[in-house]
Amino acid sequence: MSRTDAIPAARLKGAAPLFAALGDATRLGLLASLCAGGPLTVTRLSGQFDVSRQAITKHLEVLSEAGLVKSLRQGRERIWTFEPKRLEEAHHYLERLSKQWDVSLGRLKAFVEN
Amino acid sequence: MTTPTTDCIKKELHLRAPQARVWKALSDAHEFGTWFGMKLEGAFVPGESVFGRITHPDYEHIHLEMKVERMEAETLFSYWWHPYPMDKKRDYSKEPMTLVEFRLEVADGGTLLKVVESGFDKLPPDRRDEAFRMNDSGWTHQMVRIERYVTN
Repeated sequence: MSRTDAIPAARLKGAAPLFAALGDATRLGLLASLCAGGPLTVTRLSGQFDVSRQAITKHLEVLSEAGLVKSLRQGRERIWTFEPKRLEEAHHYLERLSKQWDVSLGRLKAFVEN
Repeated sequence: MTTPTTDCIKKELHLRAPQARVWKALSDAHEFGTWFGMKLEGAFVPGESVFGRITHPDYEHIHLEMKVERMEAETLFSYWWHPYPMDKKRDYSKEPMTLVEFRLEVADGGTLLKVVESGFDKLPPDRRDEAFRMNDSGWTHQMVRIERYVTN
């Protein structure tokens, strides 16, 4: 369980959609706009980029699937917001418990090997 | 959410001890309490709960319940509990529990132990908020930096 262990393939695979979602200049720009000025509608967002509204919506959907943004319907429009928290908090929580397990299992190891 | 890792914790370690020895350290409530650092009352029986208290002076307020799920001689021990119940003012008893599974197998003259704790996605969201508050700077700072980068 040392820090130098390679990251398991399954974990890398799980993280891939997140990085794929971030690996596009328009999507990074959308994310930055939502972070700095959100929540925003597609109309407001498309004013800031040189692509169609449909393309903006598609990009937002990719970000949404990666859990980076979410949308709320308001009348005929959808309002988009940056959503860093769910991902972050879940990982921090598990990280803390994971470290706790390392300590406990270290004690189990010492206990049965002596 | 596309990350499957938010629901469980997995650990694997090799122990230089016979499977029977490891099994005893897990399945005997007194021995479990000794290495885990808690005082447990009673014995582990599938379907029944064992109650205990953390013995570390900083965490003595923590009362734990372990509801034993399965015990398959020398290969599988599993139980339900409330993970990390740190807040003494909070009543955890109504919250969903997580399932902890210990699987044992012979390996390299010793025992390979696999531990999986699952069910975190069913916990109330504010359990995670607590952890999030401790370190909430990550993404927000990153995004401010990205914003600066793409707008300059």
